[in-house]
Amino acid sequence: MSKDAITKDFEAAVGADNVMTSETDRHAYSYDAAVLDSVMPALVVRPTTSEALGKATKLCNDNGLPLTVRGAGTNLSGGTIPHPGGVVVLTNGLNRILEINEEDMYAVVEPGVVTAKFAAEVAKRGLFYPPDPGSQTVSTLGGNVAENAGGLRGLKYGVTKDYVMGMDFWDVNGELVKSGSRTVKCVTGYNLAGLMVASEGTLGVFDKIILKLIPPAQSAKSMMAIFPSMKAASETVAAIIANKIVPATLEMMDNFTIRTVENFRGAGLPVDAAALLLIEVDGHPAQVADEAAKVEDLCRKNGATELKVAKDAAERDAVWQARRDALPALAKLKPTCVLEDATVPRSKIPAMIEALDEISKKFDLTIGTFGHAGDGNLHPTILTDKRDKKEWERVEHAIDEIFDRALALGGTLSGEHGIGMAKSKYLEQETSRATLEYSRRMKSVLDPKGILNPGKIIGPKSEG
Amino acid sequence: MADIHKLAQMFQELDDQLVGCMRCGMCQAVCPVFAQTGREADVTRGKLALLDGLAHEMLSDAEGVNEKLNRCLLCGTCQSNCPSGVKIMDIFLKARAIMTGYFGLSPVKRAIFRGMLKNPKLFNALTDMGAKFQGLFTKKVDDLLGSSCARFNAPVIGDRHFRTLAEKPLHKLVPALDTPAGKSGIRVALYVGCVIDKMFPHVGQSIIKVLERHGVGVFMPSGQACCGIPALSSGDTETFDSLVGINMERFGTGEFDYLVTGCATCTSTIKELWPRMYQGPSAQKYDIAALERKTMDISQFLVDILKLEPKDATGGKSVTYHDPCHLKNALGITAQPRTLIKAAGCGFKEMAEAGVCCGCGGSFNIAHYELSREIGGRKAENIVASGAGTVATSCPACMLQITDMLSRKKAGVDVKHVIELYADGC
Repeated sequence: MSKDAITKDFEAAVGADNVMTSETDRHAYSYDAAVLDSVMPALVVRPTTSEALGKATKLCNDNGLPLTVRGAGTNLSGGTIPHPGGVVVLTNGLNRILEINEEDMYAVVEPGVVTAKFAAEVAKRGLFYPPDPGSQTVSTLGGNVAENAGGLRGLKYGVTKDYVMGMDFWDVNGELVKSGSRTVKCVTGYNLAGLMVASEGTLGVFDKIILKLIPPAQSAKSMMAIFPSMKAASETVAAIIANKIVPATLEMMDNFTIRTVENFRGAGLPVDAAALLLIEVDGHPAQVADEAAKVEDLCRKNGATELKVAKDAAERDAVWQARRDALPALAKLKPTCVLEDATVPRSKIPAMIEALDEISKKFDLTIGTFGHAGDGNLHPTILTDKRDKKEWERVEHAIDEIFDRALALGGTLSGEHGIGMAKSKYLEQETSRATLEYSRRMKSVLDPKGILNPGKIIGPKSEG
Repeated sequence: MADIHKLAQMFQELDDQLVGCMRCGMCQAVCPVFAQTGREADVTRGKLALLDGLAHEMLSDAEGVNEKLNRCLLCGTCQSNCPSGVKIMDIFLKARAIMTGYFGLSPVKRAIFRGMLKNPKLFNALTDMGAKFQGLFTKKVDDLLGSSCARFNAPVIGDRHFRTLAEKPLHKLVPALDTPAGKSGIRVALYVGCVIDKMFPHVGQSIIKVLERHGVGVFMPSGQACCGIPALSSGDTETFDSLVGINMERFGTGEFDYLVTGCATCTSTIKELWPRMYQGPSAQKYDIAALERKTMDISQFLVDILKLEPKDATGGKSVTYHDPCHLKNALGITAQPRTLIKAAGCGFKEMAEAGVCCGCGGSFNIAHYELSREIGGRKAENIVASGAGTVATSCPACMLQITDMLSRKKAGVDVKHVIELYADGC
């Protein structure tokens, strides 16, 4: 079929206003937040109804057009970079919260709902949706599910997958597949909704998502502990968990990040400190008081030189502002900022920190490290300028080595950013040849023409 | 196009600034245009990607990029929220200048900027004449707001509810002032700005009245020119330079402690853009940086320098406040105008999203009226929902846009400049 005829078909399916063909519009959907080369799609469509989304999916399959679903495009592993000549299907026209059920504590949403807006709507009704990825003010719930996004509360409250109760999604033939339910317990059929989580748009196109909600904690206490070494800080993390305390958040920053944040905000952070822990315990007031005291004690025993406990909401905000400032402050130092999310079992954090230190020296690179120490999800952030070709080569080698070391410590390639295009080459290293082949066989049956976000997670088809 | 390569080279000059965008997409959360359209080319990240694409010859449709570049209010909200600290306004203004250099200025803009703005006397004469005859073409629609609409089908005006030109502009009511410092010991220069002069002379009169009341000497030279932002945002740096030059001739020699304005846009243009974007000869003759340091918004001057304090509301009007982008995003001024409203004795009611752009954006309102109206409609809803009887702001351009929006809604809410409230009392 000619290009014009295909465009007309899409226009009939989603409305003429919702099909973008100009060079400028297509270029604007050729990238995401990953530091990767952009790829121009042939067409961009923005369905505004469930039915139109199904039709668009079928049209792509009928014409053998690669289809990449895109929410807010905040992806950090290239999962929303389109395939050459493919179609980008936007979900931000599908942004309705269909139901928030207070009695049964769940919500039904369309994939394009912005995470923070959803969390705020839920909070208005006295409930809580914990996953809070760093991009939550713009990221969409569909994208969060597709990437299994995490956030600061992963340690105690889990990540997106722990909140997906069910899902309707379109298969490549434009048929609606239903999985999961509005009940807490459900073992009807395969756990297809579970299969969709972290599938990065390679297995189906999300239509409606049922999300679990929980009651919010009654009280919380935040503190900042200062350590003379990263080792002491990371040993404190291990000690807190070993003592059966699970803080809501347990975040770490190295000296480089501390100094950068202080330069940026001037909020009075200790610039001489080798490491900082930002800790929040929450729950019943009595439990909070008890756990806060224990955490304080453990920090001191493990060498904390100073401990600041937030007395009120303003002080609590200041603690979390310091953490929120980490990425923006680092990002201002150099043009290119490669934010990695290598993750290790939390007992291995001291070893991983040491490895990162060695890697930064070996490749002569600036690496600021901060992250979710409590769940072992670190964000080594390499500061560079992609235009400096020699340095960029060293960056690529350093990234390879970061993953080698994380895997050697029993860790994983990605805690929360996904595999996408950026890390598909390492997938077999973490899993096995058989895993990769099993995944490819599965995809080849569900998506025989290979149109669903090709090249992501399991790599290009030709390698199969 | 044959010389697209040349254009690409010009855009490569912006490369060092463009490369700072890490494509995180956080600008999507705050961009008022993106909030309406949901299209990536309408948000900053997309526009920066397009400029980058042009610079590296990945794109050939320069006209298309130019069209997207102009779908921006220049409200600066993205810049003040950008995690990477990208100097977005600098990039956009320079990019518009490059585009205008490449495509040329449209005949209409050429006539307005170079034919009229550049010549303040002619500009005044034309608007004076317009004020006399406008009644033939317009009819009143809202007495409270003083808004009118077109009597006949008029392409530029459309169905806007607008403020007509003042019967007597400020330059007729008060041609010039040069009074010594009174009890305050302070003397200020007053930069009037076009919209206050020609549409809201009462705002200018209020500033003068308040300054006199506080014993502040006023230096207000005649023949002031436009601050240059309309020309600059259309990429016409030639007219911009010429206008800054005229103003530097008027103000550069005066003796004063501060330069105050009642227009958020003029204030931010003088402070942010005159020193950075001006490339004419006055840079050697006058100290633009010194003028920049002296320049203040009127409420900032009254609160920070004269130490005005809030009063208990005395049963006067209930007032809400809209933050103009050029005060909030460009200069970080949000507290002082609110203090001034309270100093006037008004009851203050904060509205939702007070810091979100009203959608005016100068020429954006003319080129993209539908979008401008959608953004402004939301502002009007928030104003009405606040329950206040009056909305005050610090920018006459915002006053025009908000008047249009409220008048259409027949909301019964009055629009005032904060200085009017303080001058006349609540």
